[in-house]
Amino acid sequence: MIDRRRPVLTYIVLTAFLLLVITPFVWMLLGSVKTQGELLRVPPTWLPENPTWDNFRRLFDRPFGRYFQNSAVVAIAVTVGNLFFSSMFGYALAHLRFPFQRVLFLLVLGCLMIPGLVTFIPQYVLVVNLGLANTIPALILPFLVQPFSVFLMRQFFLGLPRELLEAGRIDGVGEIAIFFRIYLPLAGPAFATLGILTFLGSWNNFLWPLVVSSSESTYTLPVALALISTGQNQTDYGLLLAGATLVVLPILVVFLFFQRYFIQGIAASGIK
Amino acid sequence: MSAAPLAASGTGPSPGTGAGSGRRRRGRRAAAEARAGILLSLPFVVLFTVFIAWPVLQSMFMSFTDMRISDIRSPFSVDFVGLDNYATAFGDPVFRRAAINTGVFVLIGVPLTIVAGLAAALGLNQGVNRLRGLFRMGFYTPVVTSIVAVAVIWRFLLRPDNGLVNTVLGWVGIDGPNWLGDERTALLSLIVMAVWRNFGTSMVIFLAGLQAVDRGLHEAAALDGATSWQRFLHVTLPAIRPTMLFVMVTTSIGYLQFFEEPFVMTQGGPLNATISASMYTYNQFGFGNYGVAGAMAYLTFIVIGIVTLAQFRLMREK
Repeated sequence: MIDRRRPVLTYIVLTAFLLLVITPFVWMLLGSVKTQGELLRVPPTWLPENPTWDNFRRLFDRPFGRYFQNSAVVAIAVTVGNLFFSSMFGYALAHLRFPFQRVLFLLVLGCLMIPGLVTFIPQYVLVVNLGLANTIPALILPFLVQPFSVFLMRQFFLGLPRELLEAGRIDGVGEIAIFFRIYLPLAGPAFATLGILTFLGSWNNFLWPLVVSSSESTYTLPVALALISTGQNQTDYGLLLAGATLVVLPILVVFLFFQRYFIQGIAASGIK
Repeated sequence: MSAAPLAASGTGPSPGTGAGSGRRRRGRRAAAEARAGILLSLPFVVLFTVFIAWPVLQSMFMSFTDMRISDIRSPFSVDFVGLDNYATAFGDPVFRRAAINTGVFVLIGVPLTIVAGLAAALGLNQGVNRLRGLFRMGFYTPVVTSIVAVAVIWRFLLRPDNGLVNTVLGWVGIDGPNWLGDERTALLSLIVMAVWRNFGTSMVIFLAGLQAVDRGLHEAAALDGATSWQRFLHVTLPAIRPTMLFVMVTTSIGYLQFFEEPFVMTQGGPLNATISASMYTYNQFGFGNYGVAGAMAYLTFIVIGIVTLAQFRLMREK
C-alpha cells in the first residue's frame, strides 16, 4: 500500500475530497446568519453581507430550548441506562454460569439486526396502553436495552482476565460485589466507546420520537426540525438552517473532542 | 461478525476431584454464581422482553390480523385475516413503486458507498502521515450528524434557481435541473446524499481491515513488476474480503430502511418517485392501517434477511 512517489498528488486529491465533504456544513453555517432576502438572491452570496442572529432569535421564539432539553434528557438517560443494564448483563454472560445463559445470549444476538420498522407499531400500542404516549419516558424506555450494547460489553469483559474473579472469591468478596467493585471500575474504555455511540444514536434518532411525540412538550430536535421543514415554513431557509445548526453543532463539538473513541468504536463494531 | 466463540467462555469448576467438603463448597459457590448471574441479567432481560422481543412477535401476529388504530386499546380482540395484508401490500401500486425505489436506492447506493469509502481509506493509507487524523475526521463528520438536519441542508444546496450545486454547475455552463422536483433526478439526488453521509463509516472499517493486508506480499508483487492496480486486485482485495462483506451487509441493511431522506426532502414525491418502503409503511401506520403496516414492515424484514444471507453466500463461495 505504501507508495511514497506521489504523496503530493494524494494530498491534493484528499484535500479536494475533504472540501467536497465539508462544504454542506460551511454552507449551513453561512446560511444560518444570512437574512431571508439574501438567502433568496440569485446568484447566491458567499459570505453573509449583514450577518444576523435573527434566524436563531426566530428559532427560539418557538420552544426550541425545550426541544433541545428533551433531546439532551433522552440521550443522557438512554446512554446511562445502556451502560448500566448492558454492562451487568454483558459481565454475567462473559464470566458467570447461570441457567438459560446460552439461550438468552442467542436470543439477544438474534435481535441485533431487527429493524425499528418491525417493532415500532407494537411498541406504540404498548406505550399507549401503559398511558405513556407523548411522554418523555416513552422516548427512553424502548432504547434502554439494545442488543448491540450487550454484545459490545460482553466482548469487552471477555477480554478481562478471569483471575480477577477467582482472586475476589478467595478474598471473600460477594459475587455481585465482584462485578461492581472489581470489574466495573475497569470498564472505562468500553464505557467511553459505548456511551458515545449510544448518545449519538439517541440524539439523531428520528422514527420513534416522530411516532410517539405529538406535542411541543415532548418533541426532540430532529422531530421539531422535520416538522418545520415539511410544514408551512418549509421555504423559510433562514429558520431551517439555524435549526439544522442547532441540531448538528453540539454533536460536532462532542465529536471533535472524542473523535478517537467514535472511530475506535465504529471500527471495533466491525472488526472483532 | 465476531471471531469470539458464541458460548460463554470460562472454564468453570472441574467436577468430582475434591473431597466431600470441597464439593459442597463448590456446590454452594455454583449456586451463588448462578444467583448473581440471574440478578445481573434480570433488569436487561425483563426490559428486553417487554420492549423488543415481545413487540417482534406481536408485530408478526398483527400482520395477520385486521388491526386498526381503533383496536389500539384491545390489541387482541382482532380478527385473523390470513395473508390478506400481504396481498394488499403486493396489490398496492404505491407500495410496489416504493419497493422498486428502495431496490434502486440499495443497488446504486451500496456500491457507491463502498467505492467511496474504500477509495478514501486507500488514499489515507498511501503514505499520508501528516494531516491523516484531520482527513479521517473530516470524512467521518457527516456520519455523526442527524439525517434530518443533513436533509434540510441538502434541500437548500439542491434548490434549482440559486442552490450551491446549480450555481457551481452554471460556472461551467451546465444548466442544472430541478434536482428534487424532477422525477428523473430526485431519487438519484437522495442516493448521492446518502453516499456522502455514510461513506465515512465504511472508510473507518476499511482502514481497520487494511491492517490485515500483508505488506511483504505487496513488496514482492511490486518487485515482480505488478502494477499498483494489479496489486490492489490480487493482494489488497482478497485480504479485505471479510471487511468488504461486513460493510456490504451493514450498508445494505441501513439503506433498505431509508426513511428520513424522502420524509424531509421530498415527502416521497414528485409522483412517488422517491417514496421508500419504510416511508410508505409509516404512512400506512399514520392512516391507522396497523395490520397492513405490520405486513409491509415484515416484508422489508424478510428482504433484509434474504439479502444478508445472499451476500454471505456470495462472498464465501469465491
